[in-house]
Amino acid sequence: MTKKLLLLLSAALIAAPATAQDLGAPIGEGQPVESIAVEGDDADGPLRGTVTDESAWSDIGIAIPAFATDRERPTPANADGTGALGREVARVITANLRNNGLFKPVGPDSLPQPSFTQITAPAFSTWSGRSAEMLVHGYVRARDDGKLVVGCYLYDVALQDELVREGWVVGPADWRRAAHKCSDLIFARLTGESPFFDSRIAYIAETGPKDRRVKRLAVMDSDGANHRFLTLGSATALTPRYSPDYSNILYLSYVDGNPRIYVYDIGSGKQTLVTENRNPTIAPRWSPDGQSILYSMAVAGNTDIYRVPATGGQSVRLTSNPGIDVGGSYSPDGRKIVFESDRSGSQQCYVMDADGSNQKRISFFGGRCATPEWSPRGDQIAFTRIAGDFNVAVMNTGGGNMRVLTRGWQDEAPTWAPNGRIIQFFRTEKNTGRSGIWQVDLTGENERRLPTPVDASDPAWGPIRP
Amino acid sequence: MNTKIATILLLASATTLAACSKKAPEQLPPPPAETAQTTQPTPQVQPTGPQVGSQQHFAAAVGSSTTVYFDTDRYNIDSQDAAALQAQAQYFARYPQVTFTIEGHADERGTREYNLALGERRADSAKNFLVSLGVDPNRISVVSYGKERPVALASNESAWAQNRRAASVIIN
Repeated sequence: MTKKLLLLLSAALIAAPATAQDLGAPIGEGQPVESIAVEGDDADGPLRGTVTDESAWSDIGIAIPAFATDRERPTPANADGTGALGREVARVITANLRNNGLFKPVGPDSLPQPSFTQITAPAFSTWSGRSAEMLVHGYVRARDDGKLVVGCYLYDVALQDELVREGWVVGPADWRRAAHKCSDLIFARLTGESPFFDSRIAYIAETGPKDRRVKRLAVMDSDGANHRFLTLGSATALTPRYSPDYSNILYLSYVDGNPRIYVYDIGSGKQTLVTENRNPTIAPRWSPDGQSILYSMAVAGNTDIYRVPATGGQSVRLTSNPGIDVGGSYSPDGRKIVFESDRSGSQQCYVMDADGSNQKRISFFGGRCATPEWSPRGDQIAFTRIAGDFNVAVMNTGGGNMRVLTRGWQDEAPTWAPNGRIIQFFRTEKNTGRSGIWQVDLTGENERRLPTPVDASDPAWGPIRP
Repeated sequence: MNTKIATILLLASATTLAACSKKAPEQLPPPPAETAQTTQPTPQVQPTGPQVGSQQHFAAAVGSSTTVYFDTDRYNIDSQDAAALQAQAQYFARYPQVTFTIEGHADERGTREYNLALGERRADSAKNFLVSLGVDPNRISVVSYGKERPVALASNESAWAQNRRAASVIIN
């Protein structure tokens, strides 16, 4: 077996004490996942072509048996060793595909276990009898340095040929990331879409009764695993946003008694005010390149949108209207910003150039338009449509083709998956005020609640991890 | 903080619709007014009663007028709000050492960030009215809680009306 390291990693983690009073211990963000070449049948090269019709993907049967191991070894990633870990990896991939309504996956618990040598030479006759059109194989190997090598292979059962393969080197604590990378590889290869599984979500964890709700900053993987609370709950935290490189989180905290935006450095656990100012600041957003931050600030009661360099410095005021101008979301190329304003008398969505010029209303479909978020693909804007109830809806960037995707009582604050195919939002129950994070795809058909340890709101989906 | 919230809650639920009613003195007649224009009942201060500078003292003096209420998505001061703020202004004129925070709130039918901005606007609107009545702006802090701290917990018109508010809270 030939292996080539593409990247060497430094293992230095900077430890620093948390200074602000509501912060928990810093968690760090792990290391980039290292790609590695894995062996396979290179006789005729991988097949090209994808299944582009959305209705066609959902019907593809995919068998995902347990990943094999070359040699049973102990690993901190699983108490029962690398063989048991291989089964867990296959379970995570199966759950990823199933929970997102993608394909018809069958997992390792109802499938035979392939041997290590079969990973690169599948027993196709076994799988063709199980109505599996696609077959996922993989292996887990523990290296002497403690790291894990995970290989991932996708085969077309009818053609008896390999479609794609890739491998990754991860630390034992990051084994789920290999499962997410494999999920992304399968998803991208079969649909032609961009990946989204290997990503994280920042959100607000909520506990307690409606009039004394405790709201804490929390983070988790896209499937709800690796959950962490980042603040302790003595101060209300709201509206987090991951930086594009996952190094920082912007969020609102009442830690000094007033609503203010902080830049929280995940690695060091330190946080700083987004701007040194006595006025309240709300609604933080990153620019796509992570170089700038949008925030909204109330001066003498009137809220407008400002931009400041992420490293600090002079703020630039982008709106100067007597109405409430708030939020803001950059187009992926960084040239435009969609935001909400009640300058017309009710909340509506507007687009402006990144310097604040050419402000134009785009929502004219009845009801109100709030919390607009530009898709990472650039072609659509998701928003909260208020027409009595709150619903999550999408429209094109000119305000046309509005489509309502959800029908809850209060579905608020959409956030896009990194590939722009799925939207998360939070749904609040009438009377109780209890809330949870939900997601829906762009058809509006595949809707589900995300598992969180406590109630949840304000999801903010980060990009694909490095 | 919990006692403050509890106080506001009690006042709001007990006297929501009685914004203009005056509370009768509880025991003794009021002492002579110190300012000529004062026509409000003034609080009797007893050794065992609430201390000047406490929320209880303020609430005993102005009753339900500690809080003003707004229409949906609005932040203008209507005549009922004006009467309540005049009662507050008289109290703050009588006790010039007292500083206070105006907490602006919204009901749950707006989105979270917009409601933070709306609560700020409402609190600022109440502040401006008090300043126009002669209260020194340096005595007034403003904070918005948006829809994060409702006092009425149901999801209906009555609860929403109680939550669209600007509440004056004494800084101890």
